[in-house]
Amino acid sequence: MNAASPMGMPSLPTAVDYRVYHDAHIFAAEQRNIFKGRTWCYLGLEAEIPNSGDYRATHVGETPVVLVRGEEGKIHAWVNRCAHKGATVCRSLRGNQADGSFVCVYHQWAYDAEGTLVGVPFRRGLKGVGGYDKNFDPANHSLEKLRVESYRGMVFGTFSADVEPLEVFLGPVMCKYIDRVFHRPIKVLGYSRQYMAGNWKLYSENSRDSYHGALLHLFYPTFGIYRQSQDSAGELDEQGYHNVFTVSKPKGDIDYGSFGDEANREMQGVAKLQDESLLQFRPEIEDDVGLHIQSLFPSVVLQQIQNTLATRQIVTFGVDKTELVWTYFGYTDDDEETTRHRLRNLNLVGPSGLISMEDGEAVELCQQGTAGAEGKHSFIEMGGDDVRGYYAPMGMDENAVRGFWKGYLSLMGEALAVSAEASA
Amino acid sequence: MSLIDPALQGLVDSLNARYGLCLDDGRLEQWPEFFVDNCLYQVIARENVENGLPAAVMYCDSKGMLIDRVVALRRANVFPEHFSRHLISRAILTGIDGETVTSEASYAVLQTRNDGETRIYNAGKYVDRLLINDGVVHLVSRMCVYDTHRIATLLATPI
Repeated sequence: MNAASPMGMPSLPTAVDYRVYHDAHIFAAEQRNIFKGRTWCYLGLEAEIPNSGDYRATHVGETPVVLVRGEEGKIHAWVNRCAHKGATVCRSLRGNQADGSFVCVYHQWAYDAEGTLVGVPFRRGLKGVGGYDKNFDPANHSLEKLRVESYRGMVFGTFSADVEPLEVFLGPVMCKYIDRVFHRPIKVLGYSRQYMAGNWKLYSENSRDSYHGALLHLFYPTFGIYRQSQDSAGELDEQGYHNVFTVSKPKGDIDYGSFGDEANREMQGVAKLQDESLLQFRPEIEDDVGLHIQSLFPSVVLQQIQNTLATRQIVTFGVDKTELVWTYFGYTDDDEETTRHRLRNLNLVGPSGLISMEDGEAVELCQQGTAGAEGKHSFIEMGGDDVRGYYAPMGMDENAVRGFWKGYLSLMGEALAVSAEASA
Repeated sequence: MSLIDPALQGLVDSLNARYGLCLDDGRLEQWPEFFVDNCLYQVIARENVENGLPAAVMYCDSKGMLIDRVVALRRANVFPEHFSRHLISRAILTGIDGETVTSEASYAVLQTRNDGETRIYNAGKYVDRLLINDGVVHLVSRMCVYDTHRIATLLATPI
């Protein structure tokens, strides 16, 4: 008799056990092995905290973290959890702490911008009564500090003492594309936050899935704007963790009316846009790339779609609670008209994005559909079963989704099977 | 301080009531008709407004763009099936200058999806500029400043 494992077939990059979207033990293991493991997690943009004392609340996985600009411009990050009783120290989303100190309201333990404990009320007691033992050393009671590195103004943090430097973690291909977006100084235009009742990995797959683009997001074909002949490509870093998609605009003037001729759908041209300024694209980087979607493992997407620029940070609150924090930006030298143009273009993306809102629904549909499906597997073989560094065109391939799972499975290792058994 | 003309107050409140019911009844094609041609409609997070940041989740600066939103919603966009319910407060008229009136009103949009539960989906306030001509009111601009900066799933139907 076949002594099949009670866990069934193990997950592969081409076939993942749906359990991974629902299992609380796996979620806890992901926090340890991925978000606090040998990775760099996106924390925010340097442009969000330009001045000394500026701070911004952020997350690594589910862990609340604060990003702070200290004296002399150095950026620090620490876990937002007082070393005394575990209370939240910094209670605002963002702001400026002019004196550079962060004081827990509960017992007024005070920390500097680096997260080092600098003050404890009644440390020596009062008139010889109470207080801490004389051996109490504040140096042992600082906030938990992360290692912080920036690349081109994108700030990342890690809990790992031995992960490779950020630039090596990202790899040369990813750095080249980050350079592309951050080719000149940026300014933040605002935020939106999208809360999905779905697992974070469903969104990570979604942003790496070039197969669904023209099939789920029907805005372009509905208005007869989609055309297969646009040049598209996908590139991965060496390990397959990260990827980038690019779609180039046809050379020369763009006549949207002509797009219908090449559209691949029966519904082509059923509607006509009343106001095409929504779609206007003004190339501002030295190429014709109109779409650049870059997923950096494990928790951020960097995008340029038309003239929209944004990061999308993935925050994990639970197996089926995922927040996507969109940070929109432009360039510091944008004039008023350019900003207005970006705001108009922003209709395309974000939680109300005409070409993107469906992603939130797709994540929730997969979460709902995989409930109770432990031991059953997804099927990720569009375009093959391997992970390649380059592919073009990208629309008929799930290469980068397999790359994500390859990275995920290697970081999770035995933890996946052990967690699954613990839940069984 | 001069008293607000009750008839003017009534015109503005009536516009808001009709606007809410129009969306809640699903008569989306009629929604752009509340606006002048050269309008500005925005749905923007309060956290952005209070920090002087301009990014909005919807930004339509022409009636054509409002119509495009509705056509996209009907034919292209995929979102959870739902009902909306607007509860809109009495408006405060903040300025009157000839035919132009500025006003603000609080709103709450409740949403009911297929599971049948009604949830507070989006709460905020309208910051409006209206044009009143021969007793007919149109929106020149409507900025929906939402407190609920965590948008559940996605935001498809206008606020």
